[in-house]
Amino acid sequence: MNTPAIDIQAASKFQGKRQTVCDVTLKIAAGERVALLGHNGAGKTTLIRMVLGLTRIDGGTITVDGAVPGSAHARRVSAFLPESVSFHKALTGREQLLLFARLNGQPVSVVAPLLERVGLADAADRKIGAWSKGMRQRLGLAQVLLGNPKVALLDEPTSGLDPISRREFYGIVDELADGGTAVLVSSHALTELEARTDRIAILRAGNLVADSSLADLRTEAKLPIRVRVTTEADQADGIALRLGGQRVNCRGVELTCDQTDKMRRLGDVTALGALIDDVEVIPPSLEDLYRFYSTKGDGK
Amino acid sequence: MIRRILALSSAEFTIALRNRWVLIATLMMALFSVVLTFAGSAPTGALGVDHLTVAVASMTTLSVYLVPLLALLLSFDAVAGEIERGGLALLLTYPVSRFEVLLGKMCAHLAVLALAVGIGFGLSGLLTWAVGGSSAASLLSLGNLVWSAILLGATFLAVGYAASTLAKSSGAAAGLAIGIWIVFVVIYDLALLGALVADKDGVFTSQVFPIALVANPADAFRVFNLANSESVALATGLGGTGKSISLFAILGSMFVWPVAAMALARFLMRRVEP
Repeated sequence: MNTPAIDIQAASKFQGKRQTVCDVTLKIAAGERVALLGHNGAGKTTLIRMVLGLTRIDGGTITVDGAVPGSAHARRVSAFLPESVSFHKALTGREQLLLFARLNGQPVSVVAPLLERVGLADAADRKIGAWSKGMRQRLGLAQVLLGNPKVALLDEPTSGLDPISRREFYGIVDELADGGTAVLVSSHALTELEARTDRIAILRAGNLVADSSLADLRTEAKLPIRVRVTTEADQADGIALRLGGQRVNCRGVELTCDQTDKMRRLGDVTALGALIDDVEVIPPSLEDLYRFYSTKGDGK
Repeated sequence: MIRRILALSSAEFTIALRNRWVLIATLMMALFSVVLTFAGSAPTGALGVDHLTVAVASMTTLSVYLVPLLALLLSFDAVAGEIERGGLALLLTYPVSRFEVLLGKMCAHLAVLALAVGIGFGLSGLLTWAVGGSSAASLLSLGNLVWSAILLGATFLAVGYAASTLAKSSGAAAGLAIGIWIVFVVIYDLALLGALVADKDGVFTSQVFPIALVANPADAFRVFNLANSESVALATGLGGTGKSISLFAILGSMFVWPVAAMALARFLMRRVEP
């Protein structure tokens, strides 16, 4: 695939005099899963709405499968899950999904299997007004799956979902990506995104400050690795002194070191032999990286 | 295009059914027309017109107020409410145009109005026919009343959609709708009446008044139903006004209004950012 499914080139958006999206360039290939991170008001939702053609683009260009956002082709190939899905309370889940299927030119027969797929088969004929937030979110996901989209834009998709539903949700996202859909997920729930995305893009005040894989971001950020040592009882103080680390409780010592220094420090720890019960190496989490990129400098 | 409009309007009609809109509108129209049919039975003998003719005159006067109100109540939330809920944004990521969304709603809402008006007024025709109080002429007047009331409803549905695209919230849209209703069916007529009374040399009365009357869709509807049936005109004494205005102008106003208002709603809908 040469043309990316989503191709954002120097896109800008002004709201009044304030620039909410500044020269953002981002490409997402078919089958790629990209996480879009950023504080509230960083421009995530605006960027997604620009890709969908819901908001005018003030500068730069965006193409969706080669087409202009909001054009008939772009709308046919893209799927959207809004931040807070709100369907008509008076309709049943089946009726609402049937409406979307018919608008998409799909046969009626696609509806039942999709409801089954997202675990709503039992609730399908009850009115949406009586549903929980999580169930509405699942229905939102069901309409994303309609018609094998080439592009899926998911805005805060897991808010309101319980942990098990979240896992199922990311399972479905993986299936979408395996089927060749380019998936852009914006989220605050950083820990759950760590293993679930191929690339991380971070927006800060409308600027794209990071756009790489998690491993590359780690190398680039040079954040310290933490080594947590569990000692024999009452040895923590002495060992903290010998290793030059910090005692965290009566049996724990924490060291920090660079990636390049990691093996040498681990050698120091193992040299202590029987005094050590356990060692845990904690690489910087996505949360640490996110904090680094979204607060410090421009990150480059 | 037709398939998508049908999909939208069938969903919208289901919503109107579940929200009891169909029931409320139909009951309201039925109740009023039955009451007016029986309450209007007193003066028939003196005027030499049948029962249904008097009822049509009463129901016309009522419809001028009630049909625009019903139409605006059905339509005011159509765009503003969808934006507020976030439903319009999702809908517009589907391959459906903004105008198709409006047309889908229009079809459903018009069906609700047609049901209410058809059943309500039809009941009056049935009742008077059963007691021998109708004639071919008065049944024709009733038929004219039904289709012209549906057309009047279409105008105010479209006006309601246009207002809904301008409102920032559902609440503001409701306020705007009420304002439009008051201007079109209350203040407009009062202003015309005031001008007629103040008019000394008769220029306003002969030149401006007929045009002003036809220009308002609610008044065009009233004049059409009250003045253009000989017997109804006899029953209401409104024949004089009707004679001075051509039927062509009245029908023109009645048919141009819904189309023009829908064109306005379409234009305004394009500028909406969901």
